[in-house]
Amino acid sequence: MLTPDRTVHTTCPYCGVGCQIDLHIKNEMVYRVDGRFDNDVNNGKLCVKGRFGYDFIHAPDRLTHPLIKNDQVAEDRPLTMSPAHPVTLSGFAPTSWETALDTVAVRLRETREKYGPDSIAILTSAKCTNEENYLLQKFARAVIGTNNIDHCARL
Amino acid sequence: MAGLATTLGSGAMTNSIRDITQADVLLVTGSNTTEAHPVLALQMKKAVRQYGAKLLLIDPREIELAEFAYLHLRQKPGTDVALFNAMAHAIIAHAWANERFIAERTEGFAALKEALADWPPERAAVITGVRARDIVAAARLYAEATNGAIFWAMGITQHTHGTDNVKALSNLALLTGHIGRPGTGLNPLRGQNNVQGACDMGGLVNVYPGYQPVTSEDARRKFAAGWGVPNESLSANVGLTVTEVMNGVLDGRVHAIYIMGENPMLSDPNLNHVKEALESVDFLVVQDIFPNETAVLADIILPAASFAEKVGTFTSTERRVQMVRPAFAPPGEARQDWQIVTELANRLGHNWRYDCPAEIFAEMAALTPQYAGMSHARLETGGLQWPCPTPEHPGTPILHTSQFTRGLGLFCPVTYRPPAEETDEEYPFILSTGRILFHWHGGTMSRRSPGLAAIAPEAEAEIHPDDAAQLDIVDGDWVQVASRRGEVLATAKLTNRSPKGAIFMTFHYAETAVNLLTIDAVDPTAKIPEYKVCAVKMNKAPFVVAASAASKGNKLLTKNN
Repeated sequence: MLTPDRTVHTTCPYCGVGCQIDLHIKNEMVYRVDGRFDNDVNNGKLCVKGRFGYDFIHAPDRLTHPLIKNDQVAEDRPLTMSPAHPVTLSGFAPTSWETALDTVAVRLRETREKYGPDSIAILTSAKCTNEENYLLQKFARAVIGTNNIDHCARL
Repeated sequence: MAGLATTLGSGAMTNSIRDITQADVLLVTGSNTTEAHPVLALQMKKAVRQYGAKLLLIDPREIELAEFAYLHLRQKPGTDVALFNAMAHAIIAHAWANERFIAERTEGFAALKEALADWPPERAAVITGVRARDIVAAARLYAEATNGAIFWAMGITQHTHGTDNVKALSNLALLTGHIGRPGTGLNPLRGQNNVQGACDMGGLVNVYPGYQPVTSEDARRKFAAGWGVPNESLSANVGLTVTEVMNGVLDGRVHAIYIMGENPMLSDPNLNHVKEALESVDFLVVQDIFPNETAVLADIILPAASFAEKVGTFTSTERRVQMVRPAFAPPGEARQDWQIVTELANRLGHNWRYDCPAEIFAEMAALTPQYAGMSHARLETGGLQWPCPTPEHPGTPILHTSQFTRGLGLFCPVTYRPPAEETDEEYPFILSTGRILFHWHGGTMSRRSPGLAAIAPEAEAEIHPDDAAQLDIVDGDWVQVASRRGEVLATAKLTNRSPKGAIFMTFHYAETAVNLLTIDAVDPTAKIPEYKVCAVKMNKAPFVVAASAASKGNKLLTKNN
């Protein structure tokens, strides 16, 4: 039997039940996932997604660089492809974090100055952590100055 | 969640997964629990098989839970309010109500009783297609339980009358007193892993963290002080919801959109409308772990970290806050979302100094009463259910045990309104959308698993065999499903799970983007779109289209209005 290099106790990322899991890791890959018994939520049990649905972590089409729309880049040169997700990003070029963040900050500032804070809308995420959601709504409210902050709770 | 916030004062699951086995009647409606919340469904099955509970299933589809049901009512989709009102009518008419509970813990009973006089089961039977005596039997079963627990999910809320549905269920619990004890309660099952947390954290247009209203001057002053910004810099105006944002772009009010970890180009209703908005907005930022249909339209794409690469917390459907721990570093140059947002805030003239998510949590907990007693240090030893007001507090498995958050439970009379779009000669079928066990939401995560993809490789449209026979469709045929807003291709699956006149499809498949069909009519209070009812037609796909779909992997068809 394979011995993991390490196991990490965390929370399943699929539905809202909140099953507690152990990720078993070997050679920097998740090769097995178990439900944990030390809780009142799943008590060792998992569903098919919670046990086997983790290939996405290591998927080859993960985004790894900031990308910027660039008219100079040929429209038909796809950057990433996945059979299940036939998404073709065309007309984007990799860029540095500095350039990407500066561009976002400048464009948001210009938009706010020209049209007011309520001309900017922010969508936060039911897949992100509490800390990230808290911070993004703080960004909308305290930095931009708008309550246009929502997520897919309704969907 | 607006319904429960009105009737009880708190919009969250009242009870815990653990105490499901203490119920002797489980009323499950609008939740395909075994597929959408499988591990919680195991607890329901255990309650039935091991503890002898009776399952009352109210659902148009013959879902897997039907095998465990003592009584299954199959109402016509979208007629829930009529059914629940008639159950409440029967409970009062037959004196099955808990009069002591009504007297001590509730208000508004007289108004409810008067409104329900119009809802005898015979009237509901005509609207819902459920026999009056079955409605009365269901009412009796639930009312006479020692402990009755109600569970629902998006099948109840994704209607233009979703808030009314929840209020009608709340009336049933308040009439019978099935709340505030183990094995009882009003239990909305939340979909996404952290949808409860995103709401708790104020990822909503009208509230700060902890549901403190943005329209309250006291709340604005509190958050301005907590965040070190002037009072007047915080807006007192309720913001725009996702659906309103798309309209706002098209009428010139919204000029920039920043999206973290969402894919509205797959998950929102009436996708052609969303596409038009996102194509025309001046500036679009997408922060995600994968390129998706929304990112294609972005000006800037920022690479983020997955759950396996971050520290933080998720809050589950039972209000339980639990740790997320990192197993890997993010791939390439990808960064954690909190780091990206902090960098942006500082570029816009602020001075945020967070070293780690634990510090962000501490700041949040100081401003959020429900989380005030929690910290990463405490959560390291196990999850805690809010409210948890002090560092010594053990958390709260059951809400409303001695009084409701708002004081007394409020009866809210509601009346039946038909869905926004009804069937007609041209579009004779009702389309409902939902989930299947093997995939999740837009499929971003689950469809990248070869195993899951092999079990459920392509989109199916479930249709009753009698309807299929009339359309000359056999199992496995390529079919076109069309609404007034668009059309998609899928393979037909003939099954008695679907009632006659209804078609069921999932939204897991980008190439069969079912939200091209759905209607963007929303509940007036909760602003939830009516995913469970729109009018469609189905045809066998012409040979050429079907052959091309089969060879190209089912390309998405769109129709411009």
